[in-house]
Amino acid sequence: MMRVVAAMSGGVDSAVAAARMLDAGHEVVGVHLALSQSAATLRESARGCCTLEDAGDARRVADRLGIPFYVWDMAERFREDVVEDFVAEYAAGRTPNPCLRCNEKIKFAALLDKALALGFDAVATGHYAQIREVPDGSGVRRELHRAVDMAKDQSYVLGVLDAEQLARAFFPLGDTTKPDIRAEAAERGFSIAKKPDSHDICFIADGDTRGWLTARLGEQPGEIVDTDGTVLGEHGGSFGYTVGQRRGLGLKVPAADGAKRYVVQTRPETNQVVVGTAELLGVDEITGDHARWCGAAPEGIVSVGAQVRAHGEEIPATAWADGDHVEVRLERRIRGVAPGQSVVLYEGTRVVGSATIAGTGTSRKD
Amino acid sequence: MPDAPTYLDHAATTAVLPEVIETVTEHMRQLGNPSSLHGAGRDARRVVEESRESIASDLGVRPSEVIFTSGGTESDNMAVKGTWFHNYENETGRNVLVVSAIEHHAVLDAVEHLVLEHDAEVAWLEPDSAGRIRPETLQKALDEHGDRAALVSVMWANNEVGTVQPVEELAGLAREHGVPFHTDAVQALGQVPLPLGEVGADLVALTGHKIGGPMGVGLLVAGRDQTPVPLTHGGGQERQLRSGTLDTPAIAGLAVAVRRAVSEQELHAKTMIQLRDRLIQGALDLDPTIQVSGPWEPGDGILRLPANAHLRVPGCDGDSLLYLLDAAGVQCSTGSACQAGVPQPSHVLLAMGVEEDAARGSLRLTLGRTSTDADVDAFLAALPGAVDRARRARGVSRGA
Repeated sequence: MMRVVAAMSGGVDSAVAAARMLDAGHEVVGVHLALSQSAATLRESARGCCTLEDAGDARRVADRLGIPFYVWDMAERFREDVVEDFVAEYAAGRTPNPCLRCNEKIKFAALLDKALALGFDAVATGHYAQIREVPDGSGVRRELHRAVDMAKDQSYVLGVLDAEQLARAFFPLGDTTKPDIRAEAAERGFSIAKKPDSHDICFIADGDTRGWLTARLGEQPGEIVDTDGTVLGEHGGSFGYTVGQRRGLGLKVPAADGAKRYVVQTRPETNQVVVGTAELLGVDEITGDHARWCGAAPEGIVSVGAQVRAHGEEIPATAWADGDHVEVRLERRIRGVAPGQSVVLYEGTRVVGSATIAGTGTSRKD
Repeated sequence: MPDAPTYLDHAATTAVLPEVIETVTEHMRQLGNPSSLHGAGRDARRVVEESRESIASDLGVRPSEVIFTSGGTESDNMAVKGTWFHNYENETGRNVLVVSAIEHHAVLDAVEHLVLEHDAEVAWLEPDSAGRIRPETLQKALDEHGDRAALVSVMWANNEVGTVQPVEELAGLAREHGVPFHTDAVQALGQVPLPLGEVGADLVALTGHKIGGPMGVGLLVAGRDQTPVPLTHGGGQERQLRSGTLDTPAIAGLAVAVRRAVSEQELHAKTMIQLRDRLIQGALDLDPTIQVSGPWEPGDGILRLPANAHLRVPGCDGDSLLYLLDAAGVQCSTGSACQAGVPQPSHVLLAMGVEEDAARGSLRLTLGRTSTDADVDAFLAALPGAVDRARRARGVSRGA
């Protein structure tokens, strides 16, 4: 029996996760994280994980389970470590994944640390991923694995957790599919069993990332150019564009060959957005920094599977790690690898670790 | 965890008296709407009116001055909004609400609503460091706003820090300036003498469930010359002030609870003071850095509510303390309201000049009829471990 904080967003998944921890015989306390800066946004936020309604839903589930429930205010840490990082990354021409940052800095750092200080042993969340305990010498080693439900697998956003964090984590949903979790929630009598999944970025209520960034960074009109530097159009700020993006470019001049054009690069230093054909998007070399290992760091060149975005395809690759730095060579070219996203490395279903994509390239011309 | 938890949150609500349960149950079996003219209606009306007379007699007011409501919040809203709207609709030129900065949210938020939505003006009365509204503070506000003031509102005793206000002096000043005086006496009833007949308050909010009565029933004492605009319209019950079918069983239960509260006040206060003093002194002996909010003199039941202890523990977050004490079987409160479940630093403590950081480490421990020395012992036994842990938790969650 352990004393466990169940992080409860007010959604179906974390509700069932809390219930399963309780069933497993642990002493469980529900904690909802208040992450919005002001009460006004708590009320206005229409979806994600910070609305008043969500806090109420979480409390209702906790009451039904008969467990204590608290709201912990982590808004300041969330603003510093996730939101400001998100804005700064976009301003620097990268495309961050705030969910990874939140898991690394909030759920399995600020929340976990506070829980440990208060006498808890671990944090449980409703992420779809599995932890396996494997014999290691005289003790056991905890490994992070993909969920059985590959459509819901969230091991990608957990690839930032180190061994110490994993040792204090529980993901009770990893062995079940999402439809079965919904059915279980209904069986348990949770009123939120049919509540829609949250999508997108929880702190951007209306899903308009470009508009949200513009409100913070200001309108920064610049040019949309092709790879030769010919001006094709205008934009309101290069931070609003992501490598691989095709929609919303608003180009007036059609391409000579009629080919579709994509963002192939953003240049914050000249505030330019570079567009080009799909072939230009193909890369098979990735360099990453801010490496995080879910266990021991790999030694030498290792064969892995590499995934470069949430729910993206896993590509066979070789990886080589040197301290904080990682080089990944993919077996084939893939499109739309955006700096700032994370490359998560797998060995079978096991998560080896991750790095933030710093640069991309091609090994040779085909 | 101990078998029976220690309940030290009687200011939130307290155990319903057995005879109240009996009375309510008895009257729930009785058919009749007190507004009906037939026999069943007359029987119910008799229960309501006898309850009204009983309460009026206990409080020293006239039966016609007792308006039954759903509780303290409704009574406060009726007094504040109803009185302001009366002035607004009659174009009296009295637009200013003179209100203490440490009121319960039932008053504060009603005032803020009038300011934001109806162009009311407010003159806040700031307390001293003990949470007391000094008569000279009100004097100054009335000198400035007297002929434009619609209402003065100062609570009888503060629900967080337990400070008892000089209500008689304050009400006298308001009267001198011809301004109606409202007081939220929800926490005071049963703990301090409440001589409403002598004090001369025009409007007094009270509720049942803080004194062992039922939840969801309370009253507003409204002087006969008070004509607040009704907030609910309908059947015209309660002097046209509060339409809606009267809750006969709850009103009968309320009368029983008020009788006990008033008749036993002196003895109850004596018992509470002993427990409170032992609790506060015990906490200070365990950790001399702990601060007591509000006035505290051992043995005193006039300046501070007998059943209220409010402690500030440096270096702790109140919600951590709350969790740790709850886990150790001790149920109490931080005293301040939550916003979306997130504990906010108390507006009362901030108004008293407490720094925001220190205000976050608050614990409110409130005693009641069922409290015993064993409850105090259980709290004192759990406190050091909780404080130690809460301090460590703040350390890690503050660091980047």
